[in-house]
Amino acid sequence: MSTISIHDTNHDNHGHDAHGHHHETFLSKYVFSMDHKMIAKQFLITGIIMAVIAMILSILFRIQLAWPDKSFPLLETFLGHWAEGGRIKPDFYLSLVTIHGTIMVFFVLTAGLSGTFSNLLIPLQIGARDMASPFLNMLSYWFFFVACVIMMSSFFVQTGPASAGWTIYPPLSAVPKAIPGSELGMTLWLTSMVLFVASSLMGGINYVSTILNMRTKGMDLWKMPLTIWAFFLTAILGILSFPVLVAGVVLLIFDRSVGTSFYLSDLVFGTDILPNEGGSPILWQHLFWFLGHPEVYIVIMPAMGISSEIISVNSRKPIFGYHAMIYSLIGITILSFIVWGHHMFVTGMNPWLGGVFMITTLIIAVPSAVKTFNWLATLWRGNIRFTPAMLFAIGMVSFFISGGLTGIWLGNASLDINLHDTYFVVAHFHLVMGSAAIFGMLAGVYHWFPRMYGRQMDAKLGFLHFWITFICAYLVFFPLHFLGLDGVPRRYYAFTEFEFMHKWITVNVLVTWAAIIASLAQVAFLFNFFYSIFKGKKSEQNPWQANTLEWTAPVERIHGNWPGEIPSVYRWPYDYSKPGSEEDFIPQTTPFSQTMSSNLPHDFEGDAEAEEIQRQWEAQNKSNSTTAE
Amino acid sequence: MSLKRIISNKTMAALAVLMTAFTSTTTFAQEAAASGMAKPVDMNPIYKTTTFYVLLFLLLCLFIAIVGKALKVYELTRETEGKVSAINWNKINAILFALFLVVGLYGVYWEFTVHGNMILPEAASEHGKRIDQMFMVTLILTTIVFVLTHIVLFAFAYIYKFDAKRKAYYYPHNNTLERIWTIIPAFVLTILVLMGFLTWRSIFYKIEDPNNKPISIEVTSSQFQWDIRYPGADGVVGKKNYKLVSSINNIGVDFNDKNSLDDQIADEIVIPVNKPVRFTLHSKDVIHSFYLPHFRVQLNTVPGMATYFEFTPTITTTEMKAKTNDPNFNYILLCAKICGTNHYNMQRTVRVVSEQEYKEWVAQQETYLTDDLRKAFNLPIPAATTPAVAADTAKTNQIALNN
Repeated sequence: MSTISIHDTNHDNHGHDAHGHHHETFLSKYVFSMDHKMIAKQFLITGIIMAVIAMILSILFRIQLAWPDKSFPLLETFLGHWAEGGRIKPDFYLSLVTIHGTIMVFFVLTAGLSGTFSNLLIPLQIGARDMASPFLNMLSYWFFFVACVIMMSSFFVQTGPASAGWTIYPPLSAVPKAIPGSELGMTLWLTSMVLFVASSLMGGINYVSTILNMRTKGMDLWKMPLTIWAFFLTAILGILSFPVLVAGVVLLIFDRSVGTSFYLSDLVFGTDILPNEGGSPILWQHLFWFLGHPEVYIVIMPAMGISSEIISVNSRKPIFGYHAMIYSLIGITILSFIVWGHHMFVTGMNPWLGGVFMITTLIIAVPSAVKTFNWLATLWRGNIRFTPAMLFAIGMVSFFISGGLTGIWLGNASLDINLHDTYFVVAHFHLVMGSAAIFGMLAGVYHWFPRMYGRQMDAKLGFLHFWITFICAYLVFFPLHFLGLDGVPRRYYAFTEFEFMHKWITVNVLVTWAAIIASLAQVAFLFNFFYSIFKGKKSEQNPWQANTLEWTAPVERIHGNWPGEIPSVYRWPYDYSKPGSEEDFIPQTTPFSQTMSSNLPHDFEGDAEAEEIQRQWEAQNKSNSTTAE
Repeated sequence: MSLKRIISNKTMAALAVLMTAFTSTTTFAQEAAASGMAKPVDMNPIYKTTTFYVLLFLLLCLFIAIVGKALKVYELTRETEGKVSAINWNKINAILFALFLVVGLYGVYWEFTVHGNMILPEAASEHGKRIDQMFMVTLILTTIVFVLTHIVLFAFAYIYKFDAKRKAYYYPHNNTLERIWTIIPAFVLTILVLMGFLTWRSIFYKIEDPNNKPISIEVTSSQFQWDIRYPGADGVVGKKNYKLVSSINNIGVDFNDKNSLDDQIADEIVIPVNKPVRFTLHSKDVIHSFYLPHFRVQLNTVPGMATYFEFTPTITTTEMKAKTNDPNFNYILLCAKICGTNHYNMQRTVRVVSEQEYKEWVAQQETYLTDDLRKAFNLPIPAATTPAVAADTAKTNQIALNN
């Protein structure tokens, strides 16, 4: 009813008024909100909290790696029997890395990133009053919230949280006696993941249908900002790949609880022969990575879209190669479905498949390279304003290059033989999808904070936050490559047992200190974020002089986004510093008739009538100027 | 901004400065008083308390807050004096990017030369040499791209920093450029793919040379150990069945298969140099990964299926000791796939020896088949072994081999 009427642009005022009669209570406004902006904020704050938790977990295991022989009594105070004598136990160490990975990949960089910015920006940037289904949107957040709670509750289980790595390969994850974390902790992990996927599907379906059906007048697909393109393709990826994970998870639940043998066969623990027969652990890996690889693009593509937008706005230049940027996103989307096998080169998969997956994997580097070069070309001869958002966007490009290049090593099956499951992999993905995606997310937070809260975040604290984080992230992840090249496997509890690893303990100390400093720098962000919500400087209507639609909506962030009619769109979103225009930006809502002096032939997309009008105007203007001379 | 606010800011800043000055001097005075008496205060236990670090961090926050306030006061006073913004943050950030580029490039150089020297020695296997070649090609190509793109990125950030007098150059697209930077990466990647593909095939699709048949060795992983089985005189590792696992037959060797009878047990992997070896990998419980970094060998061991890796070692342990200048050097086998509590300590030594040494060593290894197992499989117990067991081990082995 109201959802339909408010999206009807013709009966706009009526629809909006009708909606305004709803009595808003605290519950309906802040808790079970159906407003996309509020849901975005819910996703963001939940995402931030989860990120802080994951960061603390990472500091705990970094401490273990740097000082494997030292005792920290404080750890026992907080962790009890998981850190008896002030030293983290091996099982708990594995739980820490598992939950750190799970939280970061799924809860922060999928839900926290897509959930926040797709929800916030899709309606605002395409000119819609809200999502296609606000109710589904609300459900999506609450499923996510419950998933978070269940995941965290595994820390309060006697046997500890899941500890088979975030990829939870069976049989380690399937057989409770294989590791304590595979008892109740793993059940909670799987339950949480099913709810999470449900949430992400509801979100994704909503994003796609909103983008396809609810764009404002004039907003055709080729006038959408790159952020929207990125969210759109991300949502499609999620819709197509997440169900496969659920299928895999459900089969694993059956194996664990019902006694089926989808993934299990020929198992003996000690002398205890298990009855399972006929399954294959490789099956899980195929199902998992069929999601898992698109997943890393689900993580990075929104960050790419956000960075593209921010780099363009703050360079005061159109994004270079708008079409190429979109085609490369589409290319990545399609290719990301046929590269999953590169995670499995040495898992016993048929080597013939290894060859195939190597080819597809290295092809995907091409669209990624195109994107990088386009970002660089956008900076070229720009007029760059270093807002905190811009700093983070540039940092994102840097991380994407550094981490992306090592992907060429790992995507090569021959090199992967020796690098698989070593610290080289850890360094690679923490740069390319960890740091890069986090930086994209932070860039988005700084950039769209005024749109979320009507206030500005403090820029100077933002600078401090950026520089410490940027430098420390490199200090953490760059040296880890060399551990991998020395053949140090990942997920090792301590480097004490192997002679050749002793030399890396000092490097671990450096890395741990860098990680600690980086995490302390996040206090600057957290303070800035929460302080600015209440006490930040009031934002102007369009603080960054940007072209996109969201900056035409009132700062008060009303329900329904725009009072009165939804603005129409006439041009692409990247008319920055257009020659002939007085201002260095022309919002999408400005018709060409108001910018006769800056129109280019290309702008009319072959509309003969408009071209004729422009020609006449130019001829007239020319004669005017010549007579004036 | 109103003058009142500036004053309040200034007073706040001044107060904060005074406060810190006061607290630090008083603590200083107390310390001096304490240490003046007899011996200096032992700070070590204090450095170990969490409170110390929390206070340190809070102090740092306070310091940052004071600097922030001071900057704000400065900027506001400049503003009230009617001057343009006091601090050019665009310039500062641009300079920081330039600095980051220079220091970062030096850091990369330092990493390559220092940590780069701590990595694995040259490959000790035939296919490993090809992998190392690929490695070098990829390293050189990616390093060039890495350095160049970063120079461009940070140099652009520095050169094109904001300047109110300048207008950015409207340059929305150039299809030629797009084509260039699509085709060049595609071309380079094609070369890498081809090289990688050929290398990959040469590793996993081996044509067996009938005159140089590989030695078969079977490795079974379990939490948290490796069980190594040599084929014995017949050169064939016998069948096994997980259902036969018991306390006396821990990997479930099936002794109904004749090939199993002479199989030998070993507690380290010893292989002859320049002879192909073919590892058959199994896992009893969870997935492990058979990782021999020095030979560029890795393959997961998967319960329920066998995996195979064949390679030819080219450098003996003794030679490698000389090459790495490390008398303690040893090739190792480790587990690279998360497998449980003791994942971090699943090791076995690997020795590469001359053919002669190998033959001597292998002759000394005991058979899997023990008398207990003979009973269990209803196999005849050779009479000779029972009395002579302690007398001559070499002889026992001989008999076992003959079986």
